[in-house]
Order: sequence, then structure tokens, then C-alpha cells
Amino acid sequence: MTSRDVLFIAVGLLTAASAVLAVTSRQVLHAALWLVVSLGALAGCYLVLGAELVALVQLLVYVGAVVVLVLFALMLTWEGAGSVDAPRGHRVLAALVGVGTTGLVGGTLVAAFGWDAVPVTGPDGAGVAVQVFGTWVWPFELLSLLLLAALVGAVAIATDGKDGPQ
Amino acid sequence: MITPAVPLLLAAVLAGAGTYGVLARRHLVLVLVGVELILAAAGLVLVTVGQVAPDPLASGPVLTLFVITIAAAEVVLALAVVLALYRARGHVDAGYEGGGS
Repeated sequence: MTSRDVLFIAVGLLTAASAVLAVTSRQVLHAALWLVVSLGALAGCYLVLGAELVALVQLLVYVGAVVVLVLFALMLTWEGAGSVDAPRGHRVLAALVGVGTTGLVGGTLVAAFGWDAVPVTGPDGAGVAVQVFGTWVWPFELLSLLLLAALVGAVAIATDGKDGPQ
Repeated sequence: MITPAVPLLLAAVLAGAGTYGVLARRHLVLVLVGVELILAAAGLVLVTVGQVAPDPLASGPVLTLFVITIAAAEVVLALAVVLALYRARGHVDAGYEGGGS
């Protein structure tokens, strides 16, 4: 148990607890706010793991943009569902599938990597930047096209064509 | 030094919570919250493996950046569809049973 492990367990418990609250809270707004806590704490997890660039992008994109979008969508569709959760039997089945997923994914990954402590050898910010604009430059440029397509598509879907000036 | 099993177990918990959220929620925006948690679990696995396994291409952090960007594009389109559905039907209830049409 290294000091990095202790730090990670502290931040990770916060992440896991707020993620569970985000999917179980009965209040829609509280669920979205627990998602903020969970994704923000996940950025802390990335920091503890030594991936500063990913942590900052996670904060900017998820906590800054995606969650605000989710909050706006929630406020626009406030009365959209009769009840927030599915019926009780349905929820029990969903919980079984969720626990099964956790066991399967966790068991497979721990079996693959084991319980031994290993040194953190990931690249620093400069190393990531060199690779992004070297090896990964074409997928990276393709992402800008994807974002443009998503922007245009979202506007086309969300407006029904009758809102513009006549 | 770090034990990679701890972050990987956290990723498993996030994936399980996200799966539960996708299956057990009726409000479509909250279903998307579950999808976000599953994508966060995928990113955590990528970052962890990228930090403990030597890799000259830095594929762990770079692919996590790609996953975060693609998730942002995905959630924008999905929320646009949810808004269009709300305008057309007046509800965003995944378990809606009344109303006929």
C-alpha cells in the first residue's frame, strides 16, 4: 500500500459513492449534480494517477460543458417522465445486471494486472502532446470534423425547421 | 508506485453503476447520465493502463482524450434527440405506456 494508493482510495471512494448516488437519486436535479461531483472526482483520480493533461481536459469538457448541457436538457424536459425510476422488480433486475457487470469487469481486469504495486511510467504532458501531433495527428484532425458534424446535426435535430425568420 | 488493481476496481464500479442507471431510469436524460458513467469507466481503464504499462506512443492518455471528445459529441446529439422527442410527444419517458399513439 503506497501513498499514491491511499490518495487514490480517498478520491476513488468519493467518485464511486457519488456515481452510485447519481444513478439512484430520486430527484432529477440532484442526480445531475451528483454526476458533477463524480466526474470532478474522477479528474482528481486522473491527477493521482499522474495524467495531468487528461485530468484538465476531463474538468473542462465534462464538468464544464457536458454537465451544463445535461442540466439545461433536464430543465427543458422537467415534467418529461411520469416517474424517475422504473418499477421495483425492474430495478432489482437492473441492480443484478449492474453488480454482475462490476464483478465481471473487475474480476477480468484484476486477474490481468494482479495486486502488485508497479511504478508509474506514463508520459508527461509534453510527451502526450508530441504523440498527439505526431503519431495520432490524423485521428485528431478527424475529431474536429466529428465535432463540426455533431454541432450541425444537433442544430438540425433540435430545431424543427419552423423557428427561423420567415 | 501504485497498485493498478485499485483504479481498475473503481472503473468496474463505475461501469456497474452506469449499467444500472441505463437500465433502471425512465427519464431519458438520466439514462444518458448512466451512459456518461460507462464512458468514464472506459477512460479510467485507458489512463490506468497507460500509466503502468510502458508505451512509446502514449496511447493511454491520447485515446482517453479521444474518448472524452467523442463522448461530448455523442451527448450533444443525444440531448438534441431528447429535446426533439419532448417537442413531438410531450414526454421523455422510457417506460411510457399510455396515450395510444
